[in-house]
Amino acid sequence: MSILKTLTFSAAALAVTAPAALAEWQPRKPVEFIIMAGTGGGADQIARLLQGLIEKKDLSPRPFIPINKPGGSGAEALRYLQDKAGDDHTVMMTLNSFYTTPIIQSELGVDVTEFTPIGLMAMDTFLLWVNTDRDDITDLDSYVETVKAAGLDWKVGGTGSGQEDSVLTAMMEAAFEYEVTYIPFPGGGTVAKNLVGNQIDSTVNNPSEQMEFFRAGNSKPLVQFTGERMEAFPDVPTAKELGVDIEYYMQRSVNGPPGMSAEAVEWYTNLFSELFNSQEWQDFCTSDGLTCDNFLNGGDLGEFHATQVVAHQNLIEQVGAAAITGE
Amino acid sequence: MTTRTAELLMGFATLLVSLGLMWNVWSDGLRIDWVDGRGPGAGVWPFWLSLGMALASLATIIRWFQGKTPESQSLEPYIARETMFLVVVSAVSILVLLLLMTIIGTYLSLMAFMLFYVRFLGRHSWGTTMAFVIGTPIFVYLLFEVALTKYLPKGWPIFEEGFLWLDNFRWQYF
Amino acid sequence: METILVSLAGGLLQAFEPLNLFMIFAGCLAGLLVGCMPGLGSVNGVAILLPVTFLVPPTAAIIFLAALYYGAMYGGAISSITLGIPGASTAVATVFDGRPMAQAGKADKALMAAAIASFIGGTVSIILFTLFAPPLAAFALKFGPQEEFALMLLAFATFIGLGGDDIPKTIFSILLGLVMAAIGFDIISGQPRMIFFDMVEFQRGIGFLVLAIGIYGIGEMLWTLESTKGKVQMHNVTITWARMKENFGQIKEYINSTWVGSFLGFFVGTLPAAGATPASLMSYGLSKTFSKDPESFGKGNISGVAAPEAANNAASTGSMLPMITLGIPGSPTTAILLGGMIIWGLRPGPLLFQESPDFVWGLIGSMYVANFATVLLNIALIPVFIRVLAMPFTLLTPIIFVLCVLGVFATTDRMFDTWIMLILGVGGYLLRKLNYPVAPAVLAIVLGPLAERSLRQSLISSQGDVTTFITRPISLTCIILAILLMSYPLIQRMMRRRTAEPSEN
Repeated sequence: MSILKTLTFSAAALAVTAPAALAEWQPRKPVEFIIMAGTGGGADQIARLLQGLIEKKDLSPRPFIPINKPGGSGAEALRYLQDKAGDDHTVMMTLNSFYTTPIIQSELGVDVTEFTPIGLMAMDTFLLWVNTDRDDITDLDSYVETVKAAGLDWKVGGTGSGQEDSVLTAMMEAAFEYEVTYIPFPGGGTVAKNLVGNQIDSTVNNPSEQMEFFRAGNSKPLVQFTGERMEAFPDVPTAKELGVDIEYYMQRSVNGPPGMSAEAVEWYTNLFSELFNSQEWQDFCTSDGLTCDNFLNGGDLGEFHATQVVAHQNLIEQVGAAAITGE
Repeated sequence: MTTRTAELLMGFATLLVSLGLMWNVWSDGLRIDWVDGRGPGAGVWPFWLSLGMALASLATIIRWFQGKTPESQSLEPYIARETMFLVVVSAVSILVLLLLMTIIGTYLSLMAFMLFYVRFLGRHSWGTTMAFVIGTPIFVYLLFEVALTKYLPKGWPIFEEGFLWLDNFRWQYF
Repeated sequence: METILVSLAGGLLQAFEPLNLFMIFAGCLAGLLVGCMPGLGSVNGVAILLPVTFLVPPTAAIIFLAALYYGAMYGGAISSITLGIPGASTAVATVFDGRPMAQAGKADKALMAAAIASFIGGTVSIILFTLFAPPLAAFALKFGPQEEFALMLLAFATFIGLGGDDIPKTIFSILLGLVMAAIGFDIISGQPRMIFFDMVEFQRGIGFLVLAIGIYGIGEMLWTLESTKGKVQMHNVTITWARMKENFGQIKEYINSTWVGSFLGFFVGTLPAAGATPASLMSYGLSKTFSKDPESFGKGNISGVAAPEAANNAASTGSMLPMITLGIPGSPTTAILLGGMIIWGLRPGPLLFQESPDFVWGLIGSMYVANFATVLLNIALIPVFIRVLAMPFTLLTPIIFVLCVLGVFATTDRMFDTWIMLILGVGGYLLRKLNYPVAPAVLAIVLGPLAERSLRQSLISSQGDVTTFITRPISLTCIILAILLMSYPLIQRMMRRRTAEPSEN
């Protein structure tokens, strides 16, 4: 009799606690943290830093497992996420190939606006870099002059045809009416090394990839492609100040597969906004020249993605897919 | 099948594969020529090397007809009957293991695989068998999931639920 | 010089603090365990690191990491020798002679040689690292795509003669590996290549481990099952004190290869693009070419174990150099290390030496100690590893199959690769039965992507001008060396004939 009593009692207790547990969704298994780029790159570093912070601050009952899916400029990752529709335990760290890859590879059948936006962690910026040895280049004008004189002998390094920096390089070619030779390398770090070693003449790198070389005096930025001058580079003019209408950012946002449940989205949004506001993250942003002013999420981020997709479509149309792929 | 026949068939198979690769590169519209000012196009490497594979396969076929390779003279069976069993069973058992992993998940399939291999192929005692059947998933769990934080395939949702129920204890008590 | 010694002494003292010393042993052990599993390497082992990081201060964590890195490097040789499966691409060349030695009942000798050679390689490398880090980093910067391509040519040249005696079949095998390396997304043009059946998974390409574990894991096991009819187990050796001493004394036989491997490995490892795999392959090839008895390579020559092992350990230390001095990872593992350093608030780069000397010298000091700890642990554990070989085949086989499947899954987190592994394994087995050599395909898939990319990068940067390879001094030197190496066996044969003829008369 007493056993039965205990049972009914605990069943009742369960019934009472269950709704409370339901309201607060939590991951029940390790969360796959997909990175649409290879190990060592900017997106990878950010994802691993976030994973570390989640663990350090004990923000999640289950760990986040970073998984790199770099295939096809992120095509592999995008398709993977698409196929995970409705899954609440997968999120993805994205960069701008989130927009460009589905446009360039239309046969992929991925519409990123269907994905579940979770949070915009940062806007990464681009600067134009040359080696400090180039005494003849001091500003954008002397740069353009030198490049025009060199013609195709001018070698611009980048992280691969169809990647963000190749888009930006193509934009510059169109704006300044010159043509350069674009050489793809695997990863921004290798590009930076080749710039410092004078294997290439210039590059558009993210600040994080050049910061240490810049601090050591090996490379110098000429212009930043932002709206306003960044805190980290107060002396470097923006392209707009110089009358060149190029403003280009790399978004670093977290997104889920299509059809994620509302409770899960809420939980992830809270998690990433907490990370966003943490001292560690803000410090990282400052030291790496990332812009982390406001945390976009939900519908705002979805809108942001939609406008970015259109903007990239126009961009790729303008410069032509051939200018990006090179063949 | 004798080794002699097998070599000829393999020669044709590799030739077909090589031609298939060439066709694949060609039909994708990749540049297989020298692009002015850029060097070889995207298709050059795979296309021309596949051509090399095709030529090497042809050479093997010609040498077979000339009887130059030791295999082309050999009338020994390609895979002897008594070993055929072991090889085929092993290959098929891995195939089944991979299939099961996507259906009933890694751990149950590992247990089934071990049971089959240790007990039915190896004819070991039930004691040894059970040690392997139970020990393998535990070891794999501790190494891959706990230490290396890998999430191994769990199969269909119902099996995943079962695993999560068990896995829950780790998070609750450790 | 003096400052270096003072800093180094400080670093060593740090390494000998009780907590740090404990971290060294724990790291070595964890690394050994992870490294000896087929497919798992230091990249996976770094996952263990993260929780540790939150428990101990950064210096202790990096010490743990260095130890783990070393342990995993040694561990790769263990699976290469005892199971015949290269645990990582760096240990491929160790299989060539390590496996035959194990089959001949000399697994303990091979393991001992691997441990000692690794120790020498690692130590030479750290000493060079300590003394010459800044100038070497400057030299590494001189390496552009042209030099990389020339280096790849050199790597291929050291492998002339590795194939079987059937030339068309050897050529087929090399080309197959090179073509397979091109599957996937082409970063130069941004176009997908050879995406069979429109499966998006192929965009990732076929990784080295998938092919190597397929061929050496699955294929080799099928082969062994067949040739032994599933009955015979491998030779069991009982380890006695006397035998250990004898094994230790054998060092004379392979010391030359070890020195060559150590210096070559360090040098190649410091070049950002190359890393430990080409280094170990080149070291093996060189050892074979200049051996008095090249015929015995591939059949269980102890120098064939020592040479690649010395080189891959030296190179893995070397590959820390571009990471620490330039912030550029030389291998996937160092890429993850880099991530770890960022979590600790350290920025690898040219200024790290000046801004965080405690950290850098603590790391260097711990590399000395970790190297020593690993060799001790490794030799002490030889009897344990040998026990694996004493297992009945019907128990060992399923374990190996399971480890192959899970190891391949763990490298990329996708079932797709395990299917490819099975297909390649069975295919490799069928080819091997017809005397197609499989090793060249495995080598080609490692070097292929590097070779193709650097070739095309060079030609793009020279706008299609082929002379770019011979107008640059370092590249020219490598190419001349490659040509000399390729013609060396011919020259040798001619020389031999010339000296042989008079005696015949």
